[in-house]
Formats: sequence, structure tokens, C-alpha cells
Amino acid sequence: MLPFVDWVNAAIKFLRKYEFFGAFTFRDITRAISSGIQAPLDFTENLFHKGFDDFAGLGVDIAPVPWLLFVGLAAIYGWRLKGWRLALLGGGCFFYLALFSKRGIWELSMQTLAAISVSAPLAGLIGISFGVWAAKSRAVERIVWPLLNVLQSLPHFSYLILVAIFFGVGSKAGVIATVIFAFPPMTRLTLIGLRGISKEIIEAGIMAGCTKWQMLFKVEIPAARPQLMLGVNQIIMQCLAMVVIASFIGQAGLGHDLLTRLQRLAIGQAFEVGVAVVFIAIALDRFSQAIATREPHHISGRALWARHPGLCAAAALLAATVVLSFITPHALTFPQALTISTSNFWDAIVDYITLHFYAPLGIFRDGFLVYVLIPVRTAITSIPWVAIIALVACIGWRLGGWRLALTVAAFVFFIAASGYWVRAMITLYMVVASMTVCALIGIPLGIWASKRDSTTRWVQNLCDTMQTFPSFIYLLPVVMLFQIGDVSAIFAIIIYAAIPITRYTIFGLRNVPQHIIEAAVTSGCTPRQILWKVRMPLAFPEILLGLNQTLMFALFMVMIAGFIGTVDLSQEIFRALTFNDGGKGLVIGLCVAFIGLTADRLLVAWAERRRAALSREE
Amino acid sequence: MTTPAKIQCRNIWKLYGKKPREFFDSHRGAPDDAALQSHNYIPAVRDATFDVFEGEILVVMGLSGSGKSTLVRCLSRLIEPTHGEVLFDGADLLQATPKQMIDIRRHKMGMVFQHFALLPHRTVIDNIAFPLEVQGVDRDARESKAREIIEVVGLTGREGYYPGELSGGQQQRVGLARSLCIDPEVWFLDEPFSALDPLIRKELQDEFLRLQSLLKRRTIVFITHDFDEAIKLADRIAIMYEGLVVQIGSAEELIMQPATDYVAEFTRDVPRAKLLHVRSIMDAPDPAVSDAVTVSADARVSDVAAQVLTRNQTARVVDAGNQVVGALPPSKLLEVLFA
Ligand SMILES: Nc1ncnc2c1ncn2[C@@H]1O[C@H](COP(=O)(O)OP(=O)(O)O)[C@@H](O)[C@H]1O
Ligand SMILES: [Mg+2]
Repeated sequence: MLPFVDWVNAAIKFLRKYEFFGAFTFRDITRAISSGIQAPLDFTENLFHKGFDDFAGLGVDIAPVPWLLFVGLAAIYGWRLKGWRLALLGGGCFFYLALFSKRGIWELSMQTLAAISVSAPLAGLIGISFGVWAAKSRAVERIVWPLLNVLQSLPHFSYLILVAIFFGVGSKAGVIATVIFAFPPMTRLTLIGLRGISKEIIEAGIMAGCTKWQMLFKVEIPAARPQLMLGVNQIIMQCLAMVVIASFIGQAGLGHDLLTRLQRLAIGQAFEVGVAVVFIAIALDRFSQAIATREPHHISGRALWARHPGLCAAAALLAATVVLSFITPHALTFPQALTISTSNFWDAIVDYITLHFYAPLGIFRDGFLVYVLIPVRTAITSIPWVAIIALVACIGWRLGGWRLALTVAAFVFFIAASGYWVRAMITLYMVVASMTVCALIGIPLGIWASKRDSTTRWVQNLCDTMQTFPSFIYLLPVVMLFQIGDVSAIFAIIIYAAIPITRYTIFGLRNVPQHIIEAAVTSGCTPRQILWKVRMPLAFPEILLGLNQTLMFALFMVMIAGFIGTVDLSQEIFRALTFNDGGKGLVIGLCVAFIGLTADRLLVAWAERRRAALSREE
Repeated sequence: MTTPAKIQCRNIWKLYGKKPREFFDSHRGAPDDAALQSHNYIPAVRDATFDVFEGEILVVMGLSGSGKSTLVRCLSRLIEPTHGEVLFDGADLLQATPKQMIDIRRHKMGMVFQHFALLPHRTVIDNIAFPLEVQGVDRDARESKAREIIEVVGLTGREGYYPGELSGGQQQRVGLARSLCIDPEVWFLDEPFSALDPLIRKELQDEFLRLQSLLKRRTIVFITHDFDEAIKLADRIAIMYEGLVVQIGSAEELIMQPATDYVAEFTRDVPRAKLLHVRSIMDAPDPAVSDAVTVSADARVSDVAAQVLTRNQTARVVDAGNQVVGALPPSKLLEVLFA
């Protein structure tokens, strides 16, 4: 066993004391970053929920954005982006927050949005910068790409611990953790976007006589816009997910409320908050999607109203709100008397379930535990580590040669040497168990859904929507049903991780070229034969990639599910969080990441082999 | 040609592979097929030497993969040749600093691309004014210049549209306009009409010729894989085959004196009568021929065919000074017409 934890802790200690150039310490740097975030964070917090006292020294107080304005602006923007449907959706989501705000959901939401509106742009900027840098230099790319892989498979909590060590706790630390967590996908998409620009467009830029910077800002970044906007969408969603989790290090807002209520087992209230998070997620996702997929259109007409209808409507709304606010205070804050709380409703459901289904659910839970989970767990934990390394290396060698074999063996060796082997195996068992169930649900569901256009669209929409919810949300319904423990955790994982495998199965099956299916039909295949002899084999690589995603999702969820009581690595990481043990947090995080990366490498290699084989056969 | 050379291309080589420069030098500047193949080098351009004269339209023609795009990119230095010299107005382009290159491209070169290469986030007018914008020309000046060109290429009314809202033909009009808005001295076009439907292609070919006659005469290097297009547009045609420029000359020269079987193969299906002049197919003067039918040596074969064939007797061929220079028997005509 190697003392990785001590090494990391020594490194952290050294870093905290170290003086760069004898002039400033690492702590000075972190302080500087903190104070750099302070100003924008103050601004958005004032804007969204505190209000400005003595605005800009002018002696006027300005109220935070009134609910009326917020809801109206969302509707107007939605209308401009995609028509009345999005207007209704955007306006509706925020109106919900205002209406169902008996317990202060509106303020909490605004707090969360304030944090997101600082962390998302920051993460975007950092993400794009790294992406551009990597795109310009192969050497940087070679370093950045694997780093991204690790960063993206580290569990959220590993970030939290390190951030807490260097930046303390509170909203600023929360923003920092969120930024670190959210930027990697942007970097990845920037790199892909810039690399994907057609060569001719670059040449057109050169022939126009662009300098290096003109090239970047006038040609490359605008030409990569679709990818970049996709990145923006991902950043916003990641920020939302992380803002909830960052409540563990004192980020105020919806997440914090959710967490404390869940800790007090106030399920109904927690559910109420969870629904609010879901509404915000849907709204943010739909808006950023709409921005990403918008095609530029020419504007005809000369009048200001015709040229900028959105701006004009927004200005009118602002004026109306200001006027109304002199007439009634309810224009600024939603009338408290009209607000509704749904927590009693949810509690009633929980009570009903407990009353009527306690026995059957309990039997199911215990049966599942005794006959399925525990045997799998015993089997997996009883395999010696050497055997697993050998197995993994062997598979790696078969699928991708000795390089792959060495890489994955090194990953597994790290886990073995770290001293968290048993817990890692328990994590693995949870992941494997839930992945199996996910595949058993997701693949048939995907097959069924891909049969007809209408079901395909329907299921795809459902998956897309569910995927936008922060993972934490999935704990709520299962805790409602199964209380706290392994079974709950596994079910939360299953719901969450079944999404990608379903999506990829549908995608793979629907993307089988039409002419191949026609050829099969004309050679007299029955629909069944077409499915099993033609479509499934051709979709197999996609399904493997879906399985890979499912595994990643499952790993993430396992770590979060530790919150409702399991004894795997996530428990350790929560303990590390409590004791601010950075070394432990990072090492366990890396263990989790390496479990993920090992499986990822193998599955992707397998999928690529199948793909290559298929294209040879064609 | 009487005009001076605008671009002189001297022994240009472009190899693709691991270490092309070293490989090239180690083979003393003349690697053969066997060496290239055994070391996995692709010779995109091999030993290209030719001049492009001021004001001419040189069409580079060859099948896909023959190295046309690579060659034209060596001339504009979008691609750094493995070996050779490119003289632009007599100065070595390959020695120019990046700054000088930017300057040359901003003021002297324009290029049109096969897939238009328009910037999708910019309107028509902003796309066309783009080369001026990067030069730092202020908005009013560059927009008025762009509007002029928009009018010339027939896109009036579409200034505010985005490329995604235009048809392929219209997009390439924008491409042409963009490359012309700086009044380039040299105009490179890499298969500009190959991605278009035949009808639109013909329309744009005419447009291209009109632009060339309308504005001051530029030096043009035009790439195509379509021999009809080449004949229609070219002053001279360069034929490329596997990286080699196998022959350069007027269409007539290519047809009458093909340098290789490959060129002959290429030119076989060309409608010769419309292309060839009487001079290039006539026999030696024959005193026995009467002056009943007389044709000019500089007339196109197709223009004199009816005259000669209806009389069905050998025609006397005279030059501009009315001197007899040859004889044209109907059999010769039939051969050209129905070859
Ligand atoms: N970047 C490159 N790397 C390797 N080979 C290339 C590259 N660009 C072009 N080639 C090769 O050089 C040859 C000439 O290509 P190209 O100039 O594009 O031909 P054309 O324009 O006549 O179709 C082709 O065989 C092509 O495969
Ligand atoms: Mg080409």
C-alpha cells in the first residue's frame, strides 16, 4: 500500500505555506481570487434578491428584480427565441416559482440564480480559453485532453473538499467549486468546435489577410458557434447541478434548503424545493438550447418596433413595472397571501405510501437486498485485486493492444495501492448491479421506442428533460419509497443512469441506414429478423457507448447516494468532507475517477473495434 | 505572350508525409515514384514550373486528386511548398515575412472556394466587406464599396441576408464579390462552380467572364476538373496528372499537339469544330485549288463548314493579308466534325 493520502496532504500543506518568488503565498492567490469573485457576486445577489441600498452612491435604493419583470422578461425572450411555446414555458416556470413560494422558494431560487450567473460566465470564459489554447497547440492538447478526462470523472465532492481547504466555505467557495466543476465540457466542446471548422473557411480568413487575433475572434470563434453554444448549455446545466451540491460547503440557495430538509427527513418540504429546482433546470435548458440552435435571419422593416420587437417589449414591460410599483407593492413581491405550498401534499403522499405500501415495499426492499445485492457484493469483493488487475489488463490487451492494457492496469493498481480497495469494490458492485438493471430496462425501452416516430420523439423528449435535472433530485422519490439505505441508493442510480442507455439505443437503432433495412426487407426478413440480424448488430457500437455513459452516470450518482447511507467510497468521501481531509478526498476521488476511466477506456475501445469491423464489412 | 509574367512558378514540389523536407533533400531533389511509394510520401505537386502572365486566365485542369488545389495554394502560400520558388511580381513570395504576406493578401490577392467558405454568422454585406474590415477600413467606406460590388454581382436586395438563407448560386456570388472587393491583382478560384447545378454553373461562368471584361483585367488562376469549363474560360490551360503539370497551352494546342496520351484522352470528346481554327487543320497550299471557295485561316472550323460542304470542293485558305496559306478539302472538315 502506498501512502497517497499523506503525499497529497503534504503537498497541500506545502502549497499553503509556499511563497512564490518569496513575495506572495498560495493563500494570497486564493484570497485574490476570492475577492475577485466578491464584486460580481455582490452585484448579482443585489440584482436578484437583495436589492441595492444606496445605488452607486446616488442615494436611491433599488429593489431586486421584481417577479413581474422576471416572469415577463423570460416570456418575451422565449417568444423572440422560439415563439409562444417557449414564452409560455419560460414565463410559466418562473411564475411557478413566484406562486408556490410560501416557504420562500422565490428568494432561494434567486439566490441560486445569482450564483449561477456569476459562475456560468466565468466557467465559460475559462473553458473557452483552455479550449482555444489547446486547439492552437498540439502539445497543450496532449496535456489538456487526458486532464479533462480525469476532471470530468472526478466526483463532485472531491472538488468540494479541495475548494473548502483552499477557499474556505460560503458562497464564494461555492462559486469557485462550481466553476472548476463546470468548465471542462466547455473546453472539450471548444476544442472540437475549433478543430471542426472547415478548412476553406480558415483559408478564406487567411486570404482576407487576417492577423492571428482577427482570425480567432472574427473567423474561428464565430464559425464554431454551434459547438460553443452547446458548451454554454452544458455549462449552465452543470452549474445548476453543482450549485445544489455546493451547498455542502455553504452555498446558499435552493440546494442548501434541499439538503437541510433532507437531513431532517422533511421529505415533503424537500420535494417542494426539488420541484422548484426541476423547473429552473427545464427553463434554463430550453432557453440555452434555443439560443444554441437559433439560425440567423435577416431583419426586414425599418421601424424600431419591427427591427427589435423584443427590446421594445422589454422596455415597455420595465416601464409598466415601474409605474405599477408606485401603485401596489405587489408588483415587486408576489402577494404572500396568494402563495401556495405543496409540501403538505407531498407529505400526504409519503404518509399514504408508508401506510398502505409499507409491508410490500419493505419485503421487496429486503428481498432485493438479500437475494440480489448481497450475493453480488460478496462475489465482487471476494475477488483478489491481483486477479482483477490481470483480468482488466487482459481485456485491454485484447481490445486495444498493450498500451490500453498498461493504462487500465495502472488505473486499477492505483486503487489497490491507495488502501481503499474494499470500498472501491463496494462502489463497483453498486455500479455493476445498477448498470445491469439499467441495461435491462434501457435497451428494451430503446428498442420499443425506436419502432415508431411518435414514441421515439416522446421517449427522447422525456430522456432529454430528465437528464437536465440535477442528480440530487433523484434521491427524493426513492427516499420517499424505500427510506434510507442501499436499495434506495441503487434505485436512485437506476433511474438516473437508465437515461443514457435508452437514448443511445434509440439513436443507434434509428441511425441504421435506410438502404440496408430496405435490402433486408426485400430479401424477405421478418421484422424480428430485421431487428436482431440487421439493426441490433449495426447499432451495437452505439449501445456500447450508451453503456459507457450509463456507467459514468451511475458512478456520479453512487457518490451522491452516499448521502442517503451506503458504505462504499462515497461514505469515506463524506467523512473526508466533514474533516476537511483534502488528501483523502482527492485520493478517493481519483479512485472513483479511475474506476470510471478504466471502464470507459475498455468500452470505447470495444465500440471502436465493432465500428471498424462494421465498416469493413460494408 | 507579350505581357510580363505576374507569377512565376519554379520547380514547385509539395510532398505529404512524415518528414518531406529531409526526404526530398536526401533524394537530391528528384525522388522517383518507387522511392516515394516505399517511404509513404504522397507527391501532391511535382516539379511544377510555369508562368502566369499578367491579365491572362490560366485554367488548371485535372481529375480529382491530381494536385490542383495544392498547386494553387502553393501560389497563394496557403500551403508551404516542400521545394521551389514562387515569384510574385518578381519577388520571392516564399521569403516574405508573415506580416508582408498579410499585406500582400490584403491588397493583391483574392480567392474563391469550392464550398463558398462564407462566414455563417455574417450577413451578405458583412461577408463581402470582411476583407476590408480586417484591413481596418471604416464601416461607411467599406459598406459603400461592398454595395457597389453587390450591385455588380446582382445581389441587390439581399444585403441583410445570411448565407444560410441563400441558394448555392447566390452564395457563390457572395464568394466572388468578397474576393473582388479589394480589387485584387491576382484572382485564384479553386473549382468555384463545381458544387453547383449545371444550369447555375453556366450562369455563373458567364457572370465570371462578364466580371473579367467589366472590371480591369486581372491575372486569374482558375481550377476546374471540367474540360468544357476550361475551354470556355481559358486563355491557356494547364493539365495536371498525378501532381505533374503535363502540358500548358491554348485549347487548340492541347488538341492538335497533345504532349501525352493522357492529354489526348482528355481532349478526345471535345467539340473540335467550334474550337479549332482553319489554320490548324488546313493542308499545304495547292495551286490546283480554284478560288471558287475561299475561307479565312483565322476563322473557326464550325463557321466555314457549311460554306465548304455545300459546294463540296476544296477551299482556298487565305490569311489576313489575303495571301494564300493553305487548302481545306471537305474530307478534312468531315474528319474534324465527326471525329
Ligand atoms: N493535408 C494533406 N495530407 C496528405 N495528403 C494530402 C493532403 N492534402 C492533399 N493531399 C493529397 O494530395 C493529392 C492532391 O490533392 P489536391 O491538391 O486536393 O487535389 P485536387 O484539388 O486536384 O483534387 C491527393 O492525393 C491528396 O490525397
Ligand atoms: Mg481540389
